[in-house]
Amino acid sequence: MKKVSVSFVLNGDPVTAEVPVTWSLLKTLREHFELTGAKEGCGVGECGCCTVIVDGDAVNSCLYPVPEIEGRSVVTVEGIAEKDGTLHPLQKAFLENNAVQCGFCTSGMIMSAKALLDKHPDPPEEDIRTGLSGNFCRCTGYVQIIEAVQMAAKAKP
Amino acid sequence: MKAFDYVRPTSLEQACAALADPSGSAVALAGGTDVLVQMRASGLRPSTVVSLRDVPGLSFIRADEDGGVTIGAVTPLGEIEHSPVLKERFAAVAQAAAWVGSAQVRNRATVGGNLCNAAPSADTAGPLLALDATAILEGPQGRRRVPLTEFFTGTYRTARAADEVLVEIEIPEEMGQFGSAYWKHTRRKAMELPLIGIAVALRMSQDRSQIQDARVALTVAAPTPIRAYLAEDFLKGKPLADEVLREAGRIASSTDCCTIRTSLRCEAWYREEMVQVFVPRMAKRAAERIKLP
Repeated sequence: MKKVSVSFVLNGDPVTAEVPVTWSLLKTLREHFELTGAKEGCGVGECGCCTVIVDGDAVNSCLYPVPEIEGRSVVTVEGIAEKDGTLHPLQKAFLENNAVQCGFCTSGMIMSAKALLDKHPDPPEEDIRTGLSGNFCRCTGYVQIIEAVQMAAKAKP
Repeated sequence: MKAFDYVRPTSLEQACAALADPSGSAVALAGGTDVLVQMRASGLRPSTVVSLRDVPGLSFIRADEDGGVTIGAVTPLGEIEHSPVLKERFAAVAQAAAWVGSAQVRNRATVGGNLCNAAPSADTAGPLLALDATAILEGPQGRRRVPLTEFFTGTYRTARAADEVLVEIEIPEEMGQFGSAYWKHTRRKAMELPLIGIAVALRMSQDRSQIQDARVALTVAAPTPIRAYLAEDFLKGKPLADEVLREAGRIASSTDCCTIRTSLRCEAWYREEMVQVFVPRMAKRAAERIKLP
């Protein structure tokens, strides 16, 4: 299999990986970097479980060909807590508000919500719903998830 | 996934040369939200993936001084959705972009990709058809202009040659006098393809007593996005009245315009009825959006 060497910034650190050219960013994160927070649900951009942030925008990492990530900056759910382990306000809010059931969608939900709050610190509920519309929770725990995002927005300094 | 060569040209010339791959199966990659899905799920097996990421000058929204707008083909739908100039001048285009997929998809998917994929349901195709947009293609023989009405040659087929790149979509200045509106009729509020898509652009007379000019475009109705010319002709010179709009909707849904198709997602009779409902509503919304001088 043809390989490609890509260099990018991953959770703040410059990294280089040599991986098959056919790999997605998601597969590279999970199998090369062993960051398994982002999940593969549908693999075609419908469920949002693979959501990561690239240069400030939420994207489906399953639809992101890894060679395209050259020179970009990627943030995954593993990179949003502080170095000392203090959780990100969204992570705290998800825990406190019981916004996690089986947990499979959680990292994607948090990354979509983070991309939204980074741009709009206190969005109306409608915008939160729109911002999370590409993230499916098959446990259907949406109410707690929306509330958790609102809670995190309020908690932000 | 079958192995492929990946190239990332830094000029249009290089991109066209790479797309001209003699094996004939090079594919242009913009946002990848269709191409990757097709490679994974529907048997697209390119020999070469030609990334447009580093080709300069393909991502922009330019407000032309005369009232038109030119959109770079590789502009993400998320930028189109939030573009102040598009919201102001051609609201239907911004609205169509906002209704595609999810935020994650819109951050990657591009308007050129949406048009070149040429699905019958392509959301941006309806408003752009109704706004008389022109596709500007560049290939080894230089640039050529293809009206969007001639761009869609079949389901998932376009007038773009294999070694051409769609570079710009141009909405002409005279459309600045039109108001435009698009309705994507869906069962859910997000992450949906339209059951039927209806776009209307209108220009009213100075005293607003009559419709001076009209464009009606339908997506999903036919194997390609189409214009409903007979409905447009009917509207010209008539007042913006309920019975007039109702008749325009009837004409647009009739076999005189096209035989609206049944597909997996929806039966024809329902699509016909929704064309009858939404042509009038979108016409009214378009008229409301006309900027008064």
